[in-house]
Amino acid sequence: MTPFPYAELFSLLVPQIILVLTALAVLAADAFFLRAADTPVRIKSGVVLSLIGCTLTIARTLHTPLQANLLDGMIVLNPLVQQIQIVLLLLTMLTVLLFVSSSFTQHVSEYLALILLATVSMMFLVSTQNLLLIFLALEMLSLSLYILTAFNKSSGQSAEAALKYFLFGGTSAAFLLFGFSLLYGFSNSTNLTHIASTIHGSSLDPLLIVAIVMVIVGLGFKVAAVPFHFWAPDVYQGAPAPSAAFIASGSKVAAFYVLYQVMVIGLAGAEGGATWHTYAPGWVPVLAIVAVLSMVLGNLVAIRQTSVRRLLAYSAMAHAGYMLIGILAHSEQSLPALLYYAITYAVTVLGAFGVVALVEANTGGDTLAHFAGLSRRAPIASFCMFIFLLSLAGIPPLAGFFGKFYLFSAALSTPAPTLGLIWLVVLAVAMSAVSLFYYLRVLKAIYVTDPPADAAPIRTPFVHNLVFGLIAASLVLLGCTPNLLLHWLRHAVDLVASR
Amino acid sequence: MLAWTIYISFCAVFVLLLLPNRMVRTARSVALLSAIAAFAVTLAAFWQHRSGELQTITRVPWVASLGLEYHLAADGISLTLLLLTGIVAIAGVLFSWNITHRVSEFFAFYLALIGGVYGVFLSFDLLLLFIFYEIAIIPKYFLIAIWGSTRREYAAMKLALYSFIGSAMVLIGLIAAYVASGARTMDLSQLAQFPFTVHFQMWVFPLVFVGFAILAGMWPFHTWAPTGHVAAPTAASMLLAGVVMKLGAYGCLRVAMALFPRGLDAWGFHLLGFGSWRDVFALMAVIGIVYGALVALVQKDFKFVIGYSSVSHMGFVLLGLMTLQQIGIDGAVLQMFSHGILAGLLFAVVGRMVYDRTHTRELAQLQTMQLSKVLPFAAATFVIASMASIGLPGFSGFVAELQVLIGTWHAYPRFTLLAGLGIVIGIAYTWRVMQVVFFGEPATNQPANVAPLPPITMPERIGTTLLVATSVLIGLYPQLLLRIIVPALHSPLFDGLWKGSQQ
Repeated sequence: MTPFPYAELFSLLVPQIILVLTALAVLAADAFFLRAADTPVRIKSGVVLSLIGCTLTIARTLHTPLQANLLDGMIVLNPLVQQIQIVLLLLTMLTVLLFVSSSFTQHVSEYLALILLATVSMMFLVSTQNLLLIFLALEMLSLSLYILTAFNKSSGQSAEAALKYFLFGGTSAAFLLFGFSLLYGFSNSTNLTHIASTIHGSSLDPLLIVAIVMVIVGLGFKVAAVPFHFWAPDVYQGAPAPSAAFIASGSKVAAFYVLYQVMVIGLAGAEGGATWHTYAPGWVPVLAIVAVLSMVLGNLVAIRQTSVRRLLAYSAMAHAGYMLIGILAHSEQSLPALLYYAITYAVTVLGAFGVVALVEANTGGDTLAHFAGLSRRAPIASFCMFIFLLSLAGIPPLAGFFGKFYLFSAALSTPAPTLGLIWLVVLAVAMSAVSLFYYLRVLKAIYVTDPPADAAPIRTPFVHNLVFGLIAASLVLLGCTPNLLLHWLRHAVDLVASR
Repeated sequence: MLAWTIYISFCAVFVLLLLPNRMVRTARSVALLSAIAAFAVTLAAFWQHRSGELQTITRVPWVASLGLEYHLAADGISLTLLLLTGIVAIAGVLFSWNITHRVSEFFAFYLALIGGVYGVFLSFDLLLLFIFYEIAIIPKYFLIAIWGSTRREYAAMKLALYSFIGSAMVLIGLIAAYVASGARTMDLSQLAQFPFTVHFQMWVFPLVFVGFAILAGMWPFHTWAPTGHVAAPTAASMLLAGVVMKLGAYGCLRVAMALFPRGLDAWGFHLLGFGSWRDVFALMAVIGIVYGALVALVQKDFKFVIGYSSVSHMGFVLLGLMTLQQIGIDGAVLQMFSHGILAGLLFAVVGRMVYDRTHTRELAQLQTMQLSKVLPFAAATFVIASMASIGLPGFSGFVAELQVLIGTWHAYPRFTLLAGLGIVIGIAYTWRVMQVVFFGEPATNQPANVAPLPPITMPERIGTTLLVATSVLIGLYPQLLLRIIVPALHSPLFDGLWKGSQQ
């Protein structure tokens, strides 16, 4: 028996360790040195500490490119995983920056520490190909997110949302664990590649089918796909804005990557088919059904929303539907396409939540009426929101459009060149035409409707304007020159594939 | 050099966005200067470009891994439409001189729209073309929703959704073509050479054609056009009718027909008397001509008359395309140009000269105002514009519609009669509205209601002169444009189209 490679494990986990230490440092600084300070000062110092920790982690990850597969898939590191980790850290940094001017809580350090711990679990989540560790990381992430949702103690909505999130999350975790245990029973292994190697033959074992459905139920909850979406509108609406932004951005990216891994690596051989003429049982048709439901229900229900947060929640389901198309296409193009889409979407929605938070802080609500005439009260934030929403709607030349184009063309190229998935792509494009309607409604409130008579200009904190401006600029940049991100992703995917 | 039309417009957008809202004069001047500069660039290119063949302007890899290129090029058809865009853009700025509400934003959206339009006419990479095409959608929405009149928010949303649904259809077609060719390129001329299977073309062609034709106002997808035109502020109506509808027609010709020529072939069976998509669309075009004219005949709102007349005139463009005769397609392109100028002029009279002064567009109310005495310049302009619009020889409309009719005579003799009927009704509604609005009798039981109205301003006069002069110039010497349009139609890009039509 080989000795347990502690030293190697330690060196692979340095980024996570740095983050945990940062979380502890944030807690300690608040507890020991800033007891007497005002809340804004505590927030600022906590945010600065967290940013430093994230930056150090990114620097470490960038500095030591690793190729490792430790303990039979328990820790898998490669350029692609590291890139995703960097993206997750950047998203965390943006979330933390949005927290700067918040006033919903006195427990500053606990909040930041939870965000950092959630980031740690996301980093574990994307760097493993083992069912057990996937489940553990997912649960740790979920627990952090439940608390982050409930963090606004003065708001009943926040508590209600967290309870709902927790109950649904617990149930879906049970499904997921059941699915995983079936997979283990089926293959006698928790390693994704081993599981895949035990799947062969054209007809699927009924046990495997049950496992597939269970796993999709469990992970479908994390990505807020219909019909596992019931928590999303309430959580998006009730959670404090930075928490909602974090749930909508970073955890989505991580969850989609895990879903991709479990499906494409762990269940390779059990794909089945969802093309127009050739249906075959497997996980592809199940995901196709979920994708269709998500796109249709998300887009149609979003039309009726007057609360912008709820609108973003339903649009998140729609976007989850588009991204599921990327997973079920599982071609060589679809992973970079999926990641491109997920990353740009996450960044966009983060910015949009930032603007929502700004509006809430100044007008007391997030309905369309509260956005009326925003362009005359906060021109910079409004213009950035203009870019965010149009990018979500998929209007060129913004990143959201290119993401859609790339995703759909990747989906169509499998199985080449019969255009088998065209029915899904047609539906997706048609539904994105619907989505323009509700995004335009928000923009109409911002740009067209006149502000209330007593409205004064809104003073936006500089940091917020900076974050919005950065995100908006990157969306325009990534839309006009998608190669910047695309090249990076494709290069990593190719490296991983060639190994 | 032509690429600068796009860059100038977008740079101006950027400048206008940074401009404080109170600097009204500066905003106007920036808009006017950039419109003139872009037009000057086009004119210079037009001078140098004698033959009308395809000339590459810029071609650099854009997303190399997907085979996308930043490929700008121009041939005679593009140049014709670029000229049109330049002229209408200048006139539009001149006719919006009286806008005082959020001026710099207005011109920013306006020039963003213009920049997108220039981009569409210059792109030879399909994805690039599509991107510019969609860039043009959003400014339209805000131009109408913020600065518009009657039911503006409804009309703006309707227009945006119709455009977006159309472009969604186009996007599906483009992605399908991109994937089906397997060539990893979106280059228009390369894809046009690719032999897509007939089965594939048979479903993609109508998808893409209708997607573009929605924006060209094809019956029965035209309903956005009248409401949109009516609600829009003057300059936006001029652009919508003058240029944006041409985007649709241009897309039909340049993308749908050039890429999927076999989609026009006979189905091999007859359904309800139709033997091919060509028959279907030709009939829709003719219905559009007659229906638009008939509806225009009974409108009570001055601007709706012009709005429906646009639908009718755009029917000629689509009919010309469907003839698949060289003369018909020539005529269609010329009609795009001519209608762009004339619709711009008519909307300028209705929206700026009459409505902004009288604050009503109800024919019944206008009738009592004796506008020919109060606003003689407007009356004269409208008479000229109507004459040109109903196809009086000597104006651009005549040459264009005549060519379309000759083409139709070869392809669909029976439709020629119907289209001719459309022209006759066109004379009727134009005459009616001219009579009622400008030469109406004051009501007998009231004293003559001749309230003094603000006089016609200098920018309006300049804009009018520009548009009228262009129409007359092309009417008298159509060869000026035809000499570049005809060679463009014989470029390799349209080979498939001519081959198909001879079968």
